[in-house]
Amino acid sequence: MAQPAGLLFSKDHEWVKLDGDVATIGISDYAQSSLGDIVYVELPRVGATLTQFAGIGVVESVKAVSDIFTPLGGEVLEINPALEADPALVNREPFDGGWFYKLKLGDDAEKSNLMSGADYDKLIAEA
Amino acid sequence: MNEEPLRRTALFDVHRALGARIVPFGGFEMPVQYAGILAEHDAVRKRAGLFDLSHMAQFELRGADVAAWADTLTVNHVATMKPFQARYNIFTNDAGGAHDDVIFYRLPDRWLLVVNAGNAHKMWDHLQAHCRGDVQLTDLRGERALIAVQGPRSVEVLAPLVDADIAALKYYTCAETKAGGVSALIARTGYTGEDGFEIFLPAESASGLWDALISENRALLAPCGLGARDVLRLEAGMPLYGHELTEEITPLQAGLAWAVKFSKPSFTGKDALAAQAAADGFPRIAGLVLDGRVPARAGYRVLRAGKDAGEVRSGSIAPSVGNKSIATALLERDSATVGTRLGVEVRGTEHPATTVALPFYKRG
Repeated sequence: MAQPAGLLFSKDHEWVKLDGDVATIGISDYAQSSLGDIVYVELPRVGATLTQFAGIGVVESVKAVSDIFTPLGGEVLEINPALEADPALVNREPFDGGWFYKLKLGDDAEKSNLMSGADYDKLIAEA
Repeated sequence: MNEEPLRRTALFDVHRALGARIVPFGGFEMPVQYAGILAEHDAVRKRAGLFDLSHMAQFELRGADVAAWADTLTVNHVATMKPFQARYNIFTNDAGGAHDDVIFYRLPDRWLLVVNAGNAHKMWDHLQAHCRGDVQLTDLRGERALIAVQGPRSVEVLAPLVDADIAALKYYTCAETKAGGVSALIARTGYTGEDGFEIFLPAESASGLWDALISENRALLAPCGLGARDVLRLEAGMPLYGHELTEEITPLQAGLAWAVKFSKPSFTGKDALAAQAAADGFPRIAGLVLDGRVPARAGYRVLRAGKDAGEVRSGSIAPSVGNKSIATALLERDSATVGTRLGVEVRGTEHPATTVALPFYKRG
């Protein structure tokens, strides 16, 4: 299945959409499907400074707790306010309404540690 | 714990074909979900769900002394059971802890004992070691399957395929009849808090009945995995062995005093349980409802005014309890009082919770 255009992916199944130096981050459709019904998302606070690939929160399904590894470093600008009341948005709209947080990109060079949608497709095909 | 290879039930290929996600459970490769845990939960509460429970061990007991013998090993009455009656029971150790929680089914010429999959080896050894008098034990594992239909529309789903009048079957009774043309034992029992039936039948006939039930009830009946089953039983306040009931957590601590018959002359662990009941200060299983939506998982610490008050034993988001985060916890006595304000420690942060009475959910 082709990934939405214009996104970058981490091997931890997070996606990034870049708009200038602002990155919107979420988890892939493959990730939400693997997790099953998502019932809780715990995100960093606005203003927190994140380091690329650090564990910065959790996403919980009915059965399991999984870490969220931020695909880029930077300062958290905003978290998705809809997820507290409706965490299942991540299942329904992983690339749209189910986004997790936005951050102000710290180091532009970190993008080179991420992969294209086509490369991500290969990764999940092998999983 | 990886002593032997995982086993498969007679329905394994059926689960695969339905797209189930398979996980190890109780020594078997079992479906944890098909369409999704919450959708399956919803089907059972509103319509009907179909479960493969063939991993649970079935032992057949025969002989004139079965009832008297089993009464010495368990807390509940066995000898008072009438033919075609089913009864919940608990095998205990000398300290009053639980070897397993089980259901006895009494039939005119024999008994069926259903034990938890994870305890099958332990229970078989326990029964063999204590076997005496006119008692013959047969291990039916591999030969017999168990399918459950659970939910408010269970009668409607199952009745067309069964010879006996299952609508007339009383709760915790059973009938020997035919299901899908095959000899079966059908009991009005379950582990979901809904009406429903459990169908014991030959393993080689399981997929035929399963397919017939699904194909004739497309809109009503959803295949359900162990994930939904766990949420359903937790909402209904039913114990899961290894969580609310263990070799260390006694039936009294688990809130199962109703099943402990001190009027029986003797049974394993009776003295220890009598002493525990008299002292009354023991930690016990209680319900918790968290203020927020964070799931409380087994093993999380429970705090009262900053001090240890106990430990979460099971927890889930509960669709039938307003999507709240619910849990059972083993709590020191005073914290188990309904209305006590507590905290559950989740990843280093304390989340407020209140002790509530079990069950969380009762069918209307």
